[in-house]
Amino acid sequence: MKVIMSGNEAIARGAYEGGARFASAYPGTPSTEILENMPQYGEAVYSEWAPNEKVAAEAAIGASIAGARSFCAMKHVGMNVAADPIYTFAYTGVTGGFVMVVADDPGQHSSQNEQDNRNQAKAARLLMLEPSDSQEAHDFMKKAFALSEKMDMPVLMHVTTRVCHSKGIVELGEREEAEVPDYEPKIQKYVTVPANAKKLRATLETRIAAAREFACDCEFNRVEMGDTKIGVITSGVSYQYARETFGDDASYLKLGLTFPFPNKLVEDFCSKVDKVYIVEEMDPYIEEQVKILGIECTGKDVVPRFDELNTDIVRKAFFNEVPETYTTDKQVVARPPALCAGCPHRGLFYVLAKKAKKQSIMMTGDIGCYTLGSAAPLNAIHTCICMGASLSQGHGASIALRNAGKDTKVVSILGDSTFFHTGVNSLMDAAYNKGSNLNIILDNRITGMTGHQQNPGTGFTLMGQEASEVDIPALCKAIGIKEENIKVVNPNHLDEVEAAMDELLPKDEPTVLITRWPCVLKKFSQQDIDEFPTLHKTQCKIDQDKCKNCKVCVKTTGCPGLINSKDQVVIDTTSCNGCTVCKQVCPFDAIEEVTL
Amino acid sequence: MSEVKNILLVGVGGQGTILASKILTTGLMKAGYDVKMSEVHGMSQRGGSVSTQVRFGEKVYSPIVGKGSADVIVAFEKMEALRYLDYLKQGGKMVVNDFEINPLPVNVGAAEYPEGILEELSSKCDVLSFKAGEVAKELGNPKAMNVVLLGALVKALGGLDDIDWDAEVEANVKPKFAELNKKAFHAGYEL
Ligand SMILES: Cc1ncc(C[n+]2csc(CCOP(=O)(O)OP(=O)(O)O)c2C)c(N)n1
Repeated sequence: MKVIMSGNEAIARGAYEGGARFASAYPGTPSTEILENMPQYGEAVYSEWAPNEKVAAEAAIGASIAGARSFCAMKHVGMNVAADPIYTFAYTGVTGGFVMVVADDPGQHSSQNEQDNRNQAKAARLLMLEPSDSQEAHDFMKKAFALSEKMDMPVLMHVTTRVCHSKGIVELGEREEAEVPDYEPKIQKYVTVPANAKKLRATLETRIAAAREFACDCEFNRVEMGDTKIGVITSGVSYQYARETFGDDASYLKLGLTFPFPNKLVEDFCSKVDKVYIVEEMDPYIEEQVKILGIECTGKDVVPRFDELNTDIVRKAFFNEVPETYTTDKQVVARPPALCAGCPHRGLFYVLAKKAKKQSIMMTGDIGCYTLGSAAPLNAIHTCICMGASLSQGHGASIALRNAGKDTKVVSILGDSTFFHTGVNSLMDAAYNKGSNLNIILDNRITGMTGHQQNPGTGFTLMGQEASEVDIPALCKAIGIKEENIKVVNPNHLDEVEAAMDELLPKDEPTVLITRWPCVLKKFSQQDIDEFPTLHKTQCKIDQDKCKNCKVCVKTTGCPGLINSKDQVVIDTTSCNGCTVCKQVCPFDAIEEVTL
Repeated sequence: MSEVKNILLVGVGGQGTILASKILTTGLMKAGYDVKMSEVHGMSQRGGSVSTQVRFGEKVYSPIVGKGSADVIVAFEKMEALRYLDYLKQGGKMVVNDFEINPLPVNVGAAEYPEGILEELSSKCDVLSFKAGEVAKELGNPKAMNVVLLGALVKALGGLDDIDWDAEVEANVKPKFAELNKKAFHAGYEL
């Protein structure tokens, strides 16, 4: 059967057909939909959200050691978090086939950096596959499990945004079951004490040599001979751009298995063409390997080293051709993303921004919807480096500032999912080492930014089962934060937020403020409806007789539900969720809350 | 037909460009074309500018529509048409929903929504503009605006009348909205 699928849907389907039995992931664009598409395959493949990528990788590694075909998935920076287990799992090898799907984001469509994880496959010595479209994403994933078992190597399935989020036609197949053998301990294989690990390190070289041999004559790497004046070596989605740029006037070596690098195949191809061009996104991964073989080639001296590629860019690089376009002198206004109307983060940021006008506050931030709190008019996030970093940075900063005799206070802000990801460890540091930052946990009852995934605090699993819920205040207390230094507030009640901040901010010890109100875009559970009875039941309305058109509501909250024109402000009834933040900031009492 | 056709659907997060492109691509696949489509997910729900790119023909390689190569651009919002103007092929067509959504900088008074967009576009290229929301409203529900625009797109592309669009619309919307959306498709097509 043929269907249209995104690369991510195709990876999920491929995993199902390839006999996977266990899948674990932490969400992250552009990889999120891989696991979101697993529950449809029912009990055949157990799938779960893990609190972070390291845990996801380790859980899948455990399933592999137990003998089941397994995989984990993550966005590119997730691989940094999961690097520790995977670098050593490469030594031990697998029992059930194991695949780590890593989705890079060239062009940083929705990421804090751009990193080429093909380098990590090489550094960690993982067998690497690079599909170039949805059909290959499906086929490679399906075959990856058996390949991993055959080579006794973990597979890194390297994909990029345009593979993950582009759709194409996919021919589906049937599931191939792989039985789980009876458990047998293999201590020398899996206990990496130095005596064992040194031997494993040596056998890894043998496994790599065998895989290199395989890579030179396998279905993943293919030669398309055409005119031999130009020979193009390429992988991943770059193949598509190269194919459109050079058409039938060139020959292609399309690589799908790029670690171990297929040296002989490359040498053979290059000997048959006059000139060698390398077309690849981000780092010169293929190019360096080709140059090490002593082959002259043209690559990054013309192709950009960063941002994503497309046919226009490749054409310009090699032929200096630019398409003819229509132009306009009219200025188009940008559409920066904003916190949604009714977003529970807005109330918190509003109060924080107000406090920061009166005293010096350093606001260490994190990654989630709340990073948008850094934008005008709130400007209430000063840093964003990586997940969980807000609390640890805030701890370090609070001590550095205190010891330097500065009276700048430090407030650290992260979301519930980010807290569970790695923030817990950071808070432990603050408690243990006596920092003095105010740690704010924005508990909007879901993982918002990546499109509403369940997490250990929401009470549900990926497969829709009810689950235990982390009790955040109790956890903070258990970590060592004093009970009187932990407050839980409704972020839509500005007075409540302000009173809690007034109490916690002056303290010279680590404190925690938890805001608890659900993301307005979330699909509400019965528990949410019971706990937050006014949800979607009210809206705000401006009494135009009382309104003085002062615009304070628009300018201090930045709420997109307030539609501003020259002569008046009105509230958009399709987006207002009745958070009442605008009502509370109105100096003329002109906004009322109405029940729907 | 060996030539690849390029389409761009542009708008603001939440306007329904995804449903329109889904109906379009499944229709094209069933008609025997190779189809690729690309969209960037992420912050689109939060009021950002979104674009969905669709390419079809005998064999399609790249999923991305290049600058100066779109045969048709459908803009679900007026200013988005202007933003993506440089993607239009020489002689290509613009289908524009005459509808404005203020971006945040306009809303907080830091910028002004550009005036005279339709005149500017018409002075450069072939433009069909209309209020798709009103057309849909007359049929019973303004939300069917995206399918009205899809109908206009299929007409602008030309040569796709053999595809059973009614069946594709029906397969992709809830049964109770099937009639409405089929009417919406035809209303857009007849414009
Ligand atoms: C290591 C790593 N993994 C995943 C991501 C992707 N990511 C960015 S924000 C986010 C979720 C944030 O959720 P939460 O902390 O609950 O805040 P919300 O968006 O709901 O406000 C994720 C998973 C990332 N940037 N880095």
